[in-house]
Amino acid sequence: MSLENQSYTLSVNNKSHEVQDAWIGESLLYVLRERLGMPGAKGACEQGECGSCTVLLDGEAVCSCLVLAAAATEADIRTVESIGDGQTLSDVQQAFIESGAVQCGFCTPGLIVAVENLLTHNPQPTEMQVKEALSGNICRCTGYGRIFDAVSVAVARRTGASQ
Amino acid sequence: MSVKTRTRRDVLGTSALRPDAVPKVQGKFAFSSDLWAENMLWGATLRSPHAYARIVSIDTTPAWKIDGVECVLTHEDVPGKPTYGLIASDQPVLARDFVRHMGEPVVLVAADHPETCRRALAAIKVEYEVLEPLVNPEKSIDLSVPPIHPDGNLIRRQQIIRGDQNLVGEVVVEGNYELGMQDQAFLGTEAALALPDPGGTGVELYVATQWLHEDRGQIAACLNLPEEKVRLVLGGVGGAFGAREDISLQVHSCLLALRTSRPVKMQYSRQESFFGHVHRHPAQIWMRHHATKDGRLLRVEARVVMDGGAYASTSSAVLINAVTHVQGPYKCEHATVDGYAVRTNNPPCGAMRGFGVVQACFAHEGQMDKLAAACGISPVDIRLINAMETGDRLITGQPILNSAPVAQCIRETAEIPMPPNMTNETDVLAIPGGSGLTATPSKIRRGVGWGVSIKNLMYSEGFDDFSTARCTVEDGRVSLKFATSEVGQGFVTLAPQIARTVLGLDEVFIETIDTGIGSAGSTSASRQTWMSGGAVNGACKLVAINIVADVAKRRGLDPSTLQIQGTDIVDLTGNAVESVISATKDKRFSETYEFHHQPTGELDENGQGDCHTAFAFVAHRAVVDVDPELGLVKVVQIATAQDVGRVLNPLSLLGQVEGGIAQGLGLAVMEEIIVENGRVRNPSFTDYLLPTALDAPDVIARYVEVPDPYAPLGAKGVGEPPCISVTPAIVAAIRDATGVDLQRVPVRPQDICL
Repeated sequence: MSLENQSYTLSVNNKSHEVQDAWIGESLLYVLRERLGMPGAKGACEQGECGSCTVLLDGEAVCSCLVLAAAATEADIRTVESIGDGQTLSDVQQAFIESGAVQCGFCTPGLIVAVENLLTHNPQPTEMQVKEALSGNICRCTGYGRIFDAVSVAVARRTGASQ
Repeated sequence: MSVKTRTRRDVLGTSALRPDAVPKVQGKFAFSSDLWAENMLWGATLRSPHAYARIVSIDTTPAWKIDGVECVLTHEDVPGKPTYGLIASDQPVLARDFVRHMGEPVVLVAADHPETCRRALAAIKVEYEVLEPLVNPEKSIDLSVPPIHPDGNLIRRQQIIRGDQNLVGEVVVEGNYELGMQDQAFLGTEAALALPDPGGTGVELYVATQWLHEDRGQIAACLNLPEEKVRLVLGGVGGAFGAREDISLQVHSCLLALRTSRPVKMQYSRQESFFGHVHRHPAQIWMRHHATKDGRLLRVEARVVMDGGAYASTSSAVLINAVTHVQGPYKCEHATVDGYAVRTNNPPCGAMRGFGVVQACFAHEGQMDKLAAACGISPVDIRLINAMETGDRLITGQPILNSAPVAQCIRETAEIPMPPNMTNETDVLAIPGGSGLTATPSKIRRGVGWGVSIKNLMYSEGFDDFSTARCTVEDGRVSLKFATSEVGQGFVTLAPQIARTVLGLDEVFIETIDTGIGSAGSTSASRQTWMSGGAVNGACKLVAINIVADVAKRRGLDPSTLQIQGTDIVDLTGNAVESVISATKDKRFSETYEFHHQPTGELDENGQGDCHTAFAFVAHRAVVDVDPELGLVKVVQIATAQDVGRVLNPLSLLGQVEGGIAQGLGLAVMEEIIVENGRVRNPSFTDYLLPTALDAPDVIARYVEVPDPYAPLGAKGVGEPPCISVTPAIVAAIRDATGVDLQRVPVRPQDICL
């Protein structure tokens, strides 16, 4: 390949990953999926409209399709693969399953990251705060009802657990 | 990993959880776009920038010169049949002499990196002689207009002539209705991984599709390979909604893999996806309804024109659905209907959830409201007065043999409490205009509207869309094999529920979904619960008979005195003889079952005939708030009661209902592929608007359970009805709020405020 290539290091899920000889135009989404073996983030619009590729960059939810991977070398990147511990599920993941918030599941990883991020910043969001926080994550299957229910279940469990 | 410790058994009727939900929430579920193979190449497609043009020349040499490009293919490289298509084989694998729609595939490339592919496509030189596109469907009906395709411009015409053709009602209402082009907009774009056999003697394709066997037949013909040399495996499917019923990249990825002798992955971008699959047919519908002065529907007249775009796809079947459903779920004896599905240089249209009935329903429900107003009765009463019942006939003469609780659906919907009125405390995000803060709350107007629909289930017009399943019980464990595409609807949840119910065993595994067993038909037409559910049920019952016979033989009992109940084999007194687990220890039973629905017939030239298999019904009531100054709409609540036959999984069912409603809402107020002179103007999620979490209305759903005598599990398909009558209900509510006679969906702000 005669593309303009470069090697660099990314910090993903608390681990350092070498990206070798990669075209500098690659998005973070592409590098995570195609080079680092983390296909959890999904590509569905390439324009930051659908949220399927949501990851955390220094604690902020971003669309990884809009982030140039080679420009994210200084960032702490967290993906859906870091949620739960790979064996047990997080309360948000568990709530998504039990509430029927998963159908085709393509939007699900992005939503899991978005909801975890929401609850980190706002542990007891109102209904409209939930809707606003998730309005950047498009789901075509569920109509969102079971997703809202899953968030309520997760919030209730966290609240119950902390009392 | 176990999801949850539970004491109950996940049999039919319970909210069993998806077996694939755990990997899906972890990001570990392998969608087609997640697949990867050693030494893999990327495939890409050069598409026509023109709606209609003659191809003068194609020069691929500059692409071949790019480092990393392994293969460039044109129409000359298709070894078998040069065309494919679901009903008519009229769509070129790669364009040869003409391109007939914007985005038509012309050249394929395989290279080492997606960016190399992009550069290769940019380097290819195609010279076009641009022609004036045919974009007005009315012109396609005119036989004097030159054909844009050897098969002609008229894909199908179907009339329905029934009863008194001169009857004039005491009350006559008339209307014109128009629907724009909706996109299925599944989240997971088209993707596939093709693995060539050594020596190019065959190919294995992992693909997101709705119908593995239909794909296989079309692919094999184009590749000039025997069908058994083309093996299809279902790759993880990120939604479908009709858009994966047609071939997109299946043949292309196999061609590239066979030519390069390397695995080839193709994945469409969102923009390419808009060009790469068929859409919902735009339609122009005129209707005139005749009724008695007290509102009894006597005669319906209709003219339906559906724009099929450049290639036929399923247009002829979509048209039949539209014209045979124009009366709606109402008694009607006399009809005069003329329907056309035509070819234009617009994007090809085919299957989308609701399949022709969405279009008919938008028109007939507008008419029912006009009839109610003309007769001075309420929208609810006009629908109750005319509600269809079992034994009534369609305007095709076909009797409705299924359960038909139309009136019950309407009454139960009407009983659902209305939402509270907007107050000063209402969150700004919940009022029209939302965070734009554009609305003056005191000027917001509320409206209420109704929609009721009938939807055919399964395929029609004599097509035997059977399904096949194999059940194997070995040592107390069940494995199920079928080719039923799981696209998100939840058949992988339902099939084990059926097996647990029939066999009394709890450990159920689903084998790889592929072409290694007979066809399951398509995951479409609300048919898989009925058809593949019927096949799994049949296979499990055969195995159950074998298990019982084996126990009877071993114990010297008459097998007719034994049956499986719960997890035991019991005798006539209900006493457990032994558990099914112990009865199947160290034993193996396996049976395959093919489920066929009752045969259907053709329509004659007057549109008479029993062409449909079965029917389901649903009612929707919409409540909207409208800002009449800016033409903005917030759908507040959708109340619905749906005829489901029998609830098999309450959680899955609710997911189908809420999801379908969101898609119907999208068609009502925001979703449209804008096409100008054959050019698509908004092929992106930035410009094609989809309902977000903030657009989702409160949905209150009830289910009318009248088990259907023809359904193998008593349950009707539930996928399509939720998205059908919700669209006219929302538009009726906007009409109610504003007084504007809206005739077109999606309703745009300027339709309301200008």
